[in-house]
Amino acid sequence: MAKLHVSTTINDEPVEFLCDPHQTLLDALRTTLGLTGTKEGCGTGDCGACSVTIDGRLTCACLTLAAEAEGRRIATIEGMAKGDQLHPLQQKFLEMAALQCGICTPGVLMAARSLLERNADPSETEVRYWLAGNLCRCTGYDKIVRAVMETAAQMRETAR
Amino acid sequence: MTSAGYLAPRTLDEAVAALAAAAGTARILAGGTDLLVQMRAGSLRPGLVIDIKNIEEMTTIAETDNGSFRIGAAVSGAELAEHPRFGLVWPGVLESVNLIGSTQVQGRASAGGNLCNASPAADSVPAMVAAGARVTVQGPSGRREMPVEAVPAGPGRTNLAPGEILVSFTLPPRPRGSSDAYLRMIPRTEMDIAVVGCGVSLTLEKGVVSAARVGLGAVAPTVLLVEGAANALVGSKLEEAALEAAAAACRAACKPINDKRGTIAYRTKVAGVLLKRTALIAAERAGRN
Repeated sequence: MAKLHVSTTINDEPVEFLCDPHQTLLDALRTTLGLTGTKEGCGTGDCGACSVTIDGRLTCACLTLAAEAEGRRIATIEGMAKGDQLHPLQQKFLEMAALQCGICTPGVLMAARSLLERNADPSETEVRYWLAGNLCRCTGYDKIVRAVMETAAQMRETAR
Repeated sequence: MTSAGYLAPRTLDEAVAALAAAAGTARILAGGTDLLVQMRAGSLRPGLVIDIKNIEEMTTIAETDNGSFRIGAAVSGAELAEHPRFGLVWPGVLESVNLIGSTQVQGRASAGGNLCNASPAADSVPAMVAAGARVTVQGPSGRREMPVEAVPAGPGRTNLAPGEILVSFTLPPRPRGSSDAYLRMIPRTEMDIAVVGCGVSLTLEKGVVSAARVGLGAVAPTVLLVEGAANALVGSKLEEAALEAAAAACRAACKPINDKRGTIAYRTKVAGVLLKRTALIAAERAGRN
């Protein structure tokens, strides 16, 4: 089976890799590129653990072929902190204990950042609907929702 | 899996040629939210996957001078929601597309994929049927148009000929006083599959319904155009008697199955309930146009 050559951008860095034609982006990220921050939960687009953005659009890496990354800009959880400087969402999730086992957390953070980029002042209902595709079996969601709301408030304050 | 391949052509002609050359072993990839799940489950093992998202005609939304909309078959739900005008003219179609899956799924899933996946419970299809949408398909022998309701043939099967690709949806111009709505019954508030789905599109003239179309989903092997329900609404001011007559027509059209989501009796009753609620929402919106 002939491998495909893919030229893409991941977390603002140019990346080239080889993939099988029907390999998922999730598998290429984790296995080929060693970017294991993106998690595999269900593998069928239901749980959101593999959330990444492609050209700024939130999506499930498990529902995307690796070959589709050609010429696109991919963002994963590895690009969220800038060096040692955590993203405000990451910092707030730590402070407010918005995670327990942590498997869903990279996906939740990617989804939450995508929301706050589009809506700096979301209502609780908007947060809950936006994150409806990110399943968490530990927290009961409440701490996640509160941490996202709190981060949004803090980022609005900082932006003043 | 032998000679598995992936192609992302830039033109429709290339895509059609590749699909024809693969002689039934290729599948079209739009958002992949159904296709990749089926491939992972092993229920589909396509030799060739043809990604259509590099073809401009299939990924763009156009509003013509006469007010009709043409939506590329691979336009995602999120892109449709961000269009400045579409949701104002077709709020029911938009809400039906946006009900499909999560934010992540909305970033990829398309109305074209929803139609071609041919689930009887596909959310966008009853609203598209109610809208009177027509689809353009292209195959080895050229292009043709057909009404949306003619595409599904049964669960998982379409009436597209071998080698044909669904290219776009065309929604007709809207007269003044027109609007639409879509409601679905699910046991939870988000992220579920319709037990019944109902789309209504109508036009009001001085408070009287002058034109209507009704689409019903998840109550038969294919999404239904319920002309009897539309006829019961036309000429009325949506009084209870007219709504009940239309609801009765919907119940009579139902040929549902019993499954874990609902029984035959439940689906049939809910079809009538949803018709009434959906028609009233569409009329309330139409009154503002």
